Amino acid sequence: MLRKMRSLGLGWGAFLMSMAARAQESKYNLPTPESTVAHQIYDLHILIMWVCVAIFVVVFGVMFYSILKHRKSLGHKAAHFHENTQIEIIWTVIPFAILIAMAIPASKTILNMRDASNPDMTVKVVAYQWKWEYEYPAEGIKFLSNLATPRDQIEGTAPKGDHYLLEVDNPLVVPVGKKVRLLLTANDVIHSWAVQAFGIKQDAIPGFIKDTWFKADKPGTYRGQCSELCGKDHGFMPIVVEVKTQEDYDKWVAAQKAKNAAVTMDPNKTYSLAEMKAHGEKVYATNCAACHQPTGAGMPPVFPALTGSAVVTGPKAGHIDIVMNGGKKNPAMVAWAKTLSDVDIAAVITYERNALGNATGEVIQPAEIKALRK
Amino acid sequence: MEATHAHGQDHAHDHGHGHPTGLMRWVTTTNHKDIGTLYLWFSFIMLLSGGTLALLIRAELFEPGMQIMRPEFFNQLTTMHGLIMVFGAIMPAFVGFANWQVPMMIGAPDMAFPRMNNWSFWLLPVAASLLIGSFFVPGGASAGGWTMYAPLFLQGGISNDMTIFAVHILGISSIMGAINIVTTILNLRAPGMTLMKMPLFVWTWLITAYLLIAVMPVLAGAVTMLLTDRHFGTSFFNAAGGGDPVMFQHIFWFFGHPEVYIMILPAFGIISQIIPTFSRKPLFGYASMVYATSSIAILSFMVWAHHMFTVGLPTAAQLFFMYATMLIAIPTGVKVFNWIATMWKGSMTFETPMLFAIAFVCLFTIGGFSGLVLAITPVDIQLQDTYYVVAHFHYVLVSGALFSIFAGVYFWLPKWTGHMYDEKLGKLHFWLSTIFFNVLFFPMHFLGLAGMPRRIPDYALQFADWNKVASIGAFGFGLSQLILLVVVLKCIKGGVKAEGRAWEGADSLEWTHLPSPAPYHTFETPPTVN
Repeated sequence: MLRKMRSLGLGWGAFLMSMAARAQESKYNLPTPESTVAHQIYDLHILIMWVCVAIFVVVFGVMFYSILKHRKSLGHKAAHFHENTQIEIIWTVIPFAILIAMAIPASKTILNMRDASNPDMTVKVVAYQWKWEYEYPAEGIKFLSNLATPRDQIEGTAPKGDHYLLEVDNPLVVPVGKKVRLLLTANDVIHSWAVQAFGIKQDAIPGFIKDTWFKADKPGTYRGQCSELCGKDHGFMPIVVEVKTQEDYDKWVAAQKAKNAAVTMDPNKTYSLAEMKAHGEKVYATNCAACHQPTGAGMPPVFPALTGSAVVTGPKAGHIDIVMNGGKKNPAMVAWAKTLSDVDIAAVITYERNALGNATGEVIQPAEIKALRK
Repeated sequence: MEATHAHGQDHAHDHGHGHPTGLMRWVTTTNHKDIGTLYLWFSFIMLLSGGTLALLIRAELFEPGMQIMRPEFFNQLTTMHGLIMVFGAIMPAFVGFANWQVPMMIGAPDMAFPRMNNWSFWLLPVAASLLIGSFFVPGGASAGGWTMYAPLFLQGGISNDMTIFAVHILGISSIMGAINIVTTILNLRAPGMTLMKMPLFVWTWLITAYLLIAVMPVLAGAVTMLLTDRHFGTSFFNAAGGGDPVMFQHIFWFFGHPEVYIMILPAFGIISQIIPTFSRKPLFGYASMVYATSSIAILSFMVWAHHMFTVGLPTAAQLFFMYATMLIAIPTGVKVFNWIATMWKGSMTFETPMLFAIAFVCLFTIGGFSGLVLAITPVDIQLQDTYYVVAHFHYVLVSGALFSIFAGVYFWLPKWTGHMYDEKLGKLHFWLSTIFFNVLFFPMHFLGLAGMPRRIPDYALQFADWNKVASIGAFGFGLSQLILLVVVLKCIKGGVKAEGRAWEGADSLEWTHLPSPAPYHTFETPPTVN
């Protein structure tokens, strides 16, 4: 019966029943739940929806009967009653009883979903305009997760892939069957981390740390999207979670650690202009281009142009200051000192001063950035 | 509606005053009927403006990919669509009805403060110009959503300041309008018109006006804090300075939830006038309707955080706000049952106002049910900020508030113009609106359940089918509204002469004591009510 109800689980009203035959896929309902909490929510929704459908059918059955029978064109004479205390008490008490019956399972689910205690592992999630950063404190792994759908698919010059707008370069990877606790915060504005298959939606709020948790039922790839308006590219910061077996997860952790060791540039070395520019271009593309644009043209008035900018072509101290400490007047500019390394900051400033139409010829060294850190 | 002007001039009383004519008549008018007309036309213009923005949104969402605009412009469209519809179309329309109807329904000669009435209207075009004008300033219009959430709203250019200023002006206008309505109802009732004899429309507006006075200052406070955070170095909502971004949401929704009822209680009032009229039977449970309306108003102050279930409230708060929100279903249910009991064993006819009223009862109830689903915190967490929420609030605001406005316009047009409207065109307007409305918004339940977030300019491929259907519905619904314009203009120009009591079952004072069209000045000598 429950299975039948699920396959029919669509929406409201009687005219909807005609669509029941087409409802096997999740185009009409919550996606297949893949965690305990998501299962509870799914069943709760189905239950409440059918209660509502039943009430709707009964109440509006009465109304449409009246509309058909009690019409002037059939010669029906109007009665003159206008109150009935008994019936008014009945139709206040019955809904109250139905609501209590709904509130009990709902309260149980809330208590369960809020219990983030005793996790098997913790991942810190930081939201940026418009990307996610995942940090595994115990493993020392930290990476950014950006939209991977190419520009030309969005602009319609290339055919769209299967996971259009729901694919990222570096997904969050977790082991199956483990209670994963997420600690969420944001760097700029409020974002929201949501994966329906796990029954999770939690806002990431600047200045505050909020937590939530999930335990995935089986390995696979699960997708979601930022669910709180966060500016221009709100529609372009998806969430992808890869759930792996413990063995595959351990391999992934080892590979990440090895990769990190390989790409780390030595902050004590002195680099040439070409080296800094090359590295800076990558840092720019990942962190700066969304607002200041790949060309450096920006989007005034919120996101100023870098090409020919007074800050970028002026004394380097001012440029370093705004990159490290953020915009004094414009809160949209992030203080990157917290998130980027000395090498990254030196490289991206070098890049901005020698590319995007600028050519100061200056090289900023990691040591200069290190000296400015308190 | 302009025809009242011509008829007003016939009225012997007017000649002695040397009223200005032409444009100056409307600028300087202190007559409640003129001001009601101004409010209603203003609201219609805003409906078409906000509707145009909605059609641009639906055109971009017709298929996946970015076709006709950039994401930042899309966000401006959704933001301004919301602000214009809420503050420009729905709220002023109800104030227009209050201006026209409240004095006539309680046997008063005019509103209590006619000059303030003039000013509360003429602030609106100023605010509307600021909102619409902000599309043309550098950086374009506000793009942070109509809810203006901090810290996103702290980013952005001068248009955000224009929006804040516009909200201030709209708030002043609403507060003045509300004070006027409360004073009129409490002080200018005809002898014998006790509170419990007032037509339900008057009751719902009395309660609504108190809600407005209570919450508009809260909104003004919230946007003022945004303004000082933006320009004067405060950190109310800026975590880096010790502020709390979530506090903005608490303050905003403390305004925002009563605001929802500000937009629906007068609708309940209009429907409660229309259903008994066309059922030829008195309203069932008049007293319980008054109590239900009051309970909804009181509960509306205790449920605000159900808009914020995903911010990470304490568990106890989630439980409290879920229970409080579910409780609203009870008085709302009482209202629906009362309307159906009013129809039961009546002698019904189905002119356009009645058709819109019946559609209101059905479709608003669907919005009520999806509201109940969203009240359940765990389910809300799956659906918060998805298209399910968009479907929900359009079922209560379009097939709820807007349909009641349509119903009210058709119902009172004979009284306002002295002519019967074109019933065939009216019914065409009804059927096209109702069908396209459902084509437009019903699929959004599916989109939301399947996980499509709201306020996104582009979407994943599994959402393509229903978005296409919704966009088709949107254009059908939008274009159908032009029929209303034709009906109203035709009715002003001429048509079958309306009787004083244009509807057989109508029994409030404007129908039983006044000719159609209602003269420019009415009830200078108060009628006696038994």
